[in-house]
Amino acid sequence: MAPLFYVLATVAILAALCLVLERTPVYSALSLIVVLCSLAVIYLLLGAEFLAVVQVIVYAGAIMVLFVLVIMLLNARQETSTDRSRLARWLGAPLLLAFLGEVIFAVWQRFPPETAPAATALVGGPRAIGELLFRNYVLPFEVTSILILVAVLGAVVLAKKRL
Amino acid sequence: MAMRFDLLLPLLAILVKVGVVLVALLTAVAYAVWLERKVVARIQSRWGPYRVGPHGLLQPVADALKIFFKEDIVPSDADRVVYWLAPFLAFTLALLSIAVIPFGTSITIGGHTIPFQIADLNVGLLFVLAVTSLGVYGVALAGWSSNSKYPLLGGLRSSAQMISYELSLGLGVVGVVMVAGSLSLREIVERQSDLWNVFVQPVGFLLYFTAAIAETNRVPFDLPEGESELVGGFHTEYSSFKFAMFFMAEYANIVTVSCLATLLFFGGWLGPVFGPPLLRALLPVLWFCLKVFCFLFLYIWIRGTLPRFRYDQLMAFGWKFLLPVGLLNVLVTSLILAWRST
Repeated sequence: MAPLFYVLATVAILAALCLVLERTPVYSALSLIVVLCSLAVIYLLLGAEFLAVVQVIVYAGAIMVLFVLVIMLLNARQETSTDRSRLARWLGAPLLLAFLGEVIFAVWQRFPPETAPAATALVGGPRAIGELLFRNYVLPFEVTSILILVAVLGAVVLAKKRL
Repeated sequence: MAMRFDLLLPLLAILVKVGVVLVALLTAVAYAVWLERKVVARIQSRWGPYRVGPHGLLQPVADALKIFFKEDIVPSDADRVVYWLAPFLAFTLALLSIAVIPFGTSITIGGHTIPFQIADLNVGLLFVLAVTSLGVYGVALAGWSSNSKYPLLGGLRSSAQMISYELSLGLGVVGVVMVAGSLSLREIVERQSDLWNVFVQPVGFLLYFTAAIAETNRVPFDLPEGESELVGGFHTEYSSFKFAMFFMAEYANIVTVSCLATLLFFGGWLGPVFGPPLLRALLPVLWFCLKVFCFLFLYIWIRGTLPRFRYDQLMAFGWKFLLPVGLLNVLVTSLILAWRST
């Protein structure tokens, strides 16, 4: 499984770079879909079939469809580059490197390579996730759903005002 | 060597299965087109294809040859990359979901049990829904990249339609999942050995089938291709091989949807099994194919019978009728299950 993981990780990183560097918005959106789908396949390799499928349904199949449709409707063409700020140019790279270093250090400290959890130890079945969501975390789950509902209602009210 | 052979046989079995299923699916697609032309002709008191081969049986071959030799036209201002990507995406996704469809129990060759299924995911049903939800991209991107007004309108319409009816499709299936207590297609079929789900979940079946017709963009929900208003919908600017890919994708989707309807509501491969071991292994596959054929015929029958919806009617029907009925069905099913378990 390890070689397959490296292939998928490479695809994900290349697509993520493409997402940031690409000037045409539709290509950026499509690259993000590639990132999400390769992550889903990595979940699949880890034995978390349910999580992988949900990742595709929710992110690639629903949220990104919305993104792509909005880009299509606005008919957004190539981005034009503005005058880049000098501050970002001088501070951007060092800050990015510091952040990356910190993340890698934190992960390394938490999970040294020899104690990496075995792929089979993960419990990612629908039953396990369902029990966690509806027994242990039922309050946060319901509060989140109400939050999303409020956001949807707010969006409708804002859009209606303009009509 | 013996161990080598042990490793090799499952791999070989998978490759053979992939090959057989792909060839069967593509043949089914080609002859679904022939069947549709014949049945619709019969409904309209015509002959349909009759010249190529006996009863026009070689018509799919002639159509394929014709379409390969057509000129491939790309609109001048089209977005080339996405214009190429869209038909391939549509076709690949249409072929992908057949991988988790079980079409029989299993066969034993040389001590190895080989199931009649390419990949047995424990969330097979969700996998099919996930692939279906990605299907929107083929249509939306094709409409956008053509850089032409009718395809764009058609693409937007069908994206809106597919997104709307996906919800009802999912809700129609939830009842079955609750009754079976599993997301594995194999287990859902095995739970139906006493009673087919269509009798347990009749509302769920009607929801699923209605939404599935809309999801595959067929009459009476074929608004995306409404010829009289949109010329040809999202694939107006496509010609030759790329058009053929959209065409094949549409029919492959119909086959998949029919397979899923058979598995979820009509007991899949279950049916009378008798005779020697080989016949016992192959009869379920025959029952499965027969049931799928009935659904394909029903699809064509509906196409020959019903007129097209108006677009606002279609959206209102999806959101204001199918969705509430679906929610109600889930609620009632869960109440009955909860009452029974106490």
